[in-house]
Amino acid sequence: MFLLLGMGGAVGFLSGMFGVGGGFMMTPLLIFIGVPPTVAVATGANQIVASSVSGVIAHTRRKNVDFKMGFMLLIGGVVGSTSGVWIFTALTALGQIDLVIKLAYVLFLSVIGSLMFFESARALWRKRRGYNLSGNAHKRKDHSGWQHKLPFKMRFRRSKLYISALLPLSVGFVVGILVAIMGVGGGFIIVPAMIYLLGMPTSVVIGTSLFQIIFVTANVTILQSTSNQTVDIVLTLLLLIGGVIGAQFGARAGMKLQGEQLRVLLAVMVLSVCLKLGFDLIVTPDDLFNVGLPGGH
Amino acid sequence: MHLARLTSAFLSLFVTSLCLNEATAQNTNEIVAALDDHVVAIDTSFSGSKVLLFGATEGEGDVIVVVRGPSRDEVVRKKGRIMGVWANKEEVTFSGTPVFYNIATSGTLTDMVPASTRQRLELGPDYLNSYLASSSRDIGDAKKDEFWQALLRSKKNNNLYASEAAQVKFLGKRLFRADFFFPPNIPIGTYLVYVYLVKDKDVVSSQITPLFVSKIGAEAKIYDFAHRHSFAYGIIAVIIALAAGWVASVVFRKK
Repeated sequence: MFLLLGMGGAVGFLSGMFGVGGGFMMTPLLIFIGVPPTVAVATGANQIVASSVSGVIAHTRRKNVDFKMGFMLLIGGVVGSTSGVWIFTALTALGQIDLVIKLAYVLFLSVIGSLMFFESARALWRKRRGYNLSGNAHKRKDHSGWQHKLPFKMRFRRSKLYISALLPLSVGFVVGILVAIMGVGGGFIIVPAMIYLLGMPTSVVIGTSLFQIIFVTANVTILQSTSNQTVDIVLTLLLLIGGVIGAQFGARAGMKLQGEQLRVLLAVMVLSVCLKLGFDLIVTPDDLFNVGLPGGH
Repeated sequence: MHLARLTSAFLSLFVTSLCLNEATAQNTNEIVAALDDHVVAIDTSFSGSKVLLFGATEGEGDVIVVVRGPSRDEVVRKKGRIMGVWANKEEVTFSGTPVFYNIATSGTLTDMVPASTRQRLELGPDYLNSYLASSSRDIGDAKKDEFWQALLRSKKNNNLYASEAAQVKFLGKRLFRADFFFPPNIPIGTYLVYVYLVKDKDVVSSQITPLFVSKIGAEAKIYDFAHRHSFAYGIIAVIIALAAGWVASVVFRKK
């Protein structure tokens, strides 16, 4: 129990320090200490509901939430996460869900970890050489890309965008599947997608993504409880308490470090979690056999 | 207190055995046994529980006690390499497998009864009959045995099946007792305790007593609720999370 409180605290500390949701660290950690991957994923989703709520409240006060955009993402997200839970149930019956969860983590953590590592390492290196960073930070809005040839155009006032509704719908859909299978908020996918694919201003991205994450993770929580009974309320609460306290200290510690150093640090951690997960998949297990209950009952 | 409970239980046992003797005059029950507690209650702090079985035999003989949990289907999966990654490759489903199996004997089982009896009465985990579920009917005997042995190994490692028989202790010539330990991971359900009296390599008398393993306390209620009203459970999980998030944001703002 104290281990769980401590883990919640540690992940909370990290999420406060780096400004990330922490779901993608929490789920692998839960798996490492022996929580079944299915329970880790479903409980992780439930915990993210809570951390996103406090985030959204803060962002709404600063008017950083584009509700119309959030709503479109949300529709895609609900459909995506519902299909995700359905895939999850089917894979459980096949006995392959644990493998898929771990593979998904290895894939995403390695891509994100290395991108983050190289990007921030380059930024650190340039800074030392005295280059000007702001050069290509602001791209001009390009109106000739394929994104703008899609039908069903809609106006999003707060984001100052006029784009096809299909874009946020499909971004939401893809992220929804990930929420269901990986037990993450999906912030690390949806935030880059909103900035680079939809072209939203960075200021409204975080609040809007949190807004949709609340509903998508809530949907996943309810569906996972109904079809797989893998949500553990007690575990959620323990992680939450630790997480809330940890985030406070994390935010303070984060202010003392430089942005690029923080990101290099986070990247190294993401990569090491990824290596550990990948290593466990490749190394020959002690016992080739495992016993379980038949699925799909 | 334990002693008092034991004494009163013994007394009731003798009364029962007297009644039994009168009721079944021809077919006298030569063995009677009782448990010190018919319920194994699992609460939040459950770290396993001991159950004492005691009884008496008529005349001298050996005693075998078997504790069997409810039966259910179990899937055994075997990992294999798929593109360099270890994944569950093959699976076999066994049906009617007891979730828990423990045995205690007053002597060496192999000296007490012949192999045919051990097989017929399923005395010892290694003598349990394996039944394939309909989905796994078409596998060969070698594969079935390989997977069945894996199931037995896993059950023994989890202390759900006895690795070796425990001791039935005789107090004098007719009174006996056996202690069973139920590990914290036991599944709930109705367990059956079989008591056999063996004379001249033959089982001459037997008795079956139920034992209930159930969850109590808050954890049990949550578990029960999660399975019976899973939709409501999901809603509550979300509401708790929403409330916790709101509380956190209020606390954050004040600081």
